[in-house]
Amino acid sequence: MKLYQPRLIFLGFILLGILFVALVRSTVDEYVLSIINFVGIYTILAVSLNITNGFTGLFSLGHPGFMAIGGYVTAILTFPVSRKSMFLELPQWIGNLEMSFLPALLLGGICAGLMALFIGLPVLRLRGHYLAVATMGFLIIVQVLITNWESVTRGPLGLNGLPALTNLWWVYPWVVITIYVSWRIKFSSYGRSMLSIREDEMAAQCVGINLFRTRVAALVIGAFFAGVAGGLWAHLITAITPTSFSLIMAFNIVVMVVVGGTGSISGAFIAAIICSVLTEIFRPLEENLDVYGIGEIFMALILILILVYRPQGLFGAGEPGFLSTKNRNE
Amino acid sequence: MSGGYIAQQIVNGFILGSMYALVAIGFSMIYGIIRLINFAHGDVVMIGAFLTLGLLQIIGAPFPLVAAVVLIAGALVGILIEKGAFRPMRGAPQVTGFIASLAVSIMLQNLGVLILTAQPRNFTFPEYLQKVLHIGHVSFRVVDLVIMLSALGLMCALLLLVNKTKLGMAMRATAENIDVARLMGININRTIMATFAVGSALAGIAGLMWGGKFGQIDPLLGFVPGLKSFVAAVIGGVGSIPGAIVGGYILGVSEVLFVGLLPPIYSAYRDAFVFSTLIVILLILPNGIFGKRSEERT
Repeated sequence: MKLYQPRLIFLGFILLGILFVALVRSTVDEYVLSIINFVGIYTILAVSLNITNGFTGLFSLGHPGFMAIGGYVTAILTFPVSRKSMFLELPQWIGNLEMSFLPALLLGGICAGLMALFIGLPVLRLRGHYLAVATMGFLIIVQVLITNWESVTRGPLGLNGLPALTNLWWVYPWVVITIYVSWRIKFSSYGRSMLSIREDEMAAQCVGINLFRTRVAALVIGAFFAGVAGGLWAHLITAITPTSFSLIMAFNIVVMVVVGGTGSISGAFIAAIICSVLTEIFRPLEENLDVYGIGEIFMALILILILVYRPQGLFGAGEPGFLSTKNRNE
Repeated sequence: MSGGYIAQQIVNGFILGSMYALVAIGFSMIYGIIRLINFAHGDVVMIGAFLTLGLLQIIGAPFPLVAAVVLIAGALVGILIEKGAFRPMRGAPQVTGFIASLAVSIMLQNLGVLILTAQPRNFTFPEYLQKVLHIGHVSFRVVDLVIMLSALGLMCALLLLVNKTKLGMAMRATAENIDVARLMGININRTIMATFAVGSALAGIAGLMWGGKFGQIDPLLGFVPGLKSFVAAVIGGVGSIPGAIVGGYILGVSEVLFVGLLPPIYSAYRDAFVFSTLIVILLILPNGIFGKRSEERT
């Protein structure tokens, strides 16, 4: 029976989450609710970047770029047809298309994933911080292209007045799906290939792992969830601009992964909650005391301290013992 | 499109390239010695620019004195960054240092916003530096000439320092092999500190030039030029000082020509052009023009 225990605990957590969502939606005001939504989206981002960055060791700063692609695709697909023709010059078949949220989100994620495939095929030959620099270049290129492709994106103005479709009943299932997929990957043979690539590429290659294919897969899966998160994000704040998805955001997500412990799903999840809640606490402080930037300074300081004193992150690379009987080798 | 126009664009490119080259040298030296891509380097440019603004316009110090102070202050900032952030994590994986440098960069930018506010400030040099000179069809201000000449002078001084002095020899030895250098009795900590100091001093001066060239500065100004200078260092081959200089000029001239020769609608794509160049160079020429084929980057 012991083997099934983690599964039951998981189910328990999911039910607890549902209870939490139901409770929160009936008690808390709009503002707190939107913060909880943001926290949820950040957990999707951190857990999905953890697949790319944590499991496989591909240090990608391109996550907000994939979010931007997913966000814009989803936004254009859900935009009411009547207003679409006013703002945008789209090809006829997209102009007359108005999708419901779920297919739009999925398509946004798929487009982000395809873009990851397209950019990953050449760029994933690079290693270490050269890959980081190349993905950062990708992020900046995406921003420039979105800013200038005015017929589809309205350029720097961005798309606003999007239908406010995102609520906790959308965010929460995606959090669960992201964690579930990520968990299944980590404890599958495919996930083991990813982890072994992170530890020692040469050894991984020697035991017959297809390095390139595994790395591309890690990037594409991470990008898919980033795209979905972008779509959720856009429909939460009901607007999307090219500057919404910046390098600062890439940095924040990386901080979450590093603070949580590179490769640890529960670490990424908890760190995402801590970091985004802290940021939200700092925001009113910044506005009231007129000390803009103090939140970022604080985050950066935390990161440096953790890199110096606890480089393995708060939770190491493993998962808590009660959740898994399979990772005793930590 | 006349020959004079193209000549003018090339001169403009050289002015921009001088600044890229000065910043790229620091990137390259620091990378060469401890294999760290130091993203906080671009923010030293910002600090140099604001220091110049403060000394020149608020205190009213004479220009050569300002330049000297900026040079020294840049070196101090570099030493501080090295001691505070990078020394404690020496020996950690490369990516750790990279993340830390991003953190330092974001910290400096936000400290700038916190202390100086994000409002851009106007930046004016004294009259005699603003005078416009004409040579044939090409015209430029005295300050542009000063930028180009002093950049060249600093580069010569740097090459002398690296190739002819004992400190330079220690730097080259440490870059070659840090462990062997330590066994030979080289004080590694001091050498690395000196590298940061020299690189950051050049970045500080580049900040002074940036303000003089564009006339407006804000706390986030260092980031994009910093990244572009990194691209310049990659073009030349990261780790090589002559490479950084050549790479800086190549990037400056080609960026200005990209904007100047293509129809105006493309000029908005200049950043995309620079960073596509980066990705292409990393893929087809990962060691740059002058880089040694000593390690795997791909």
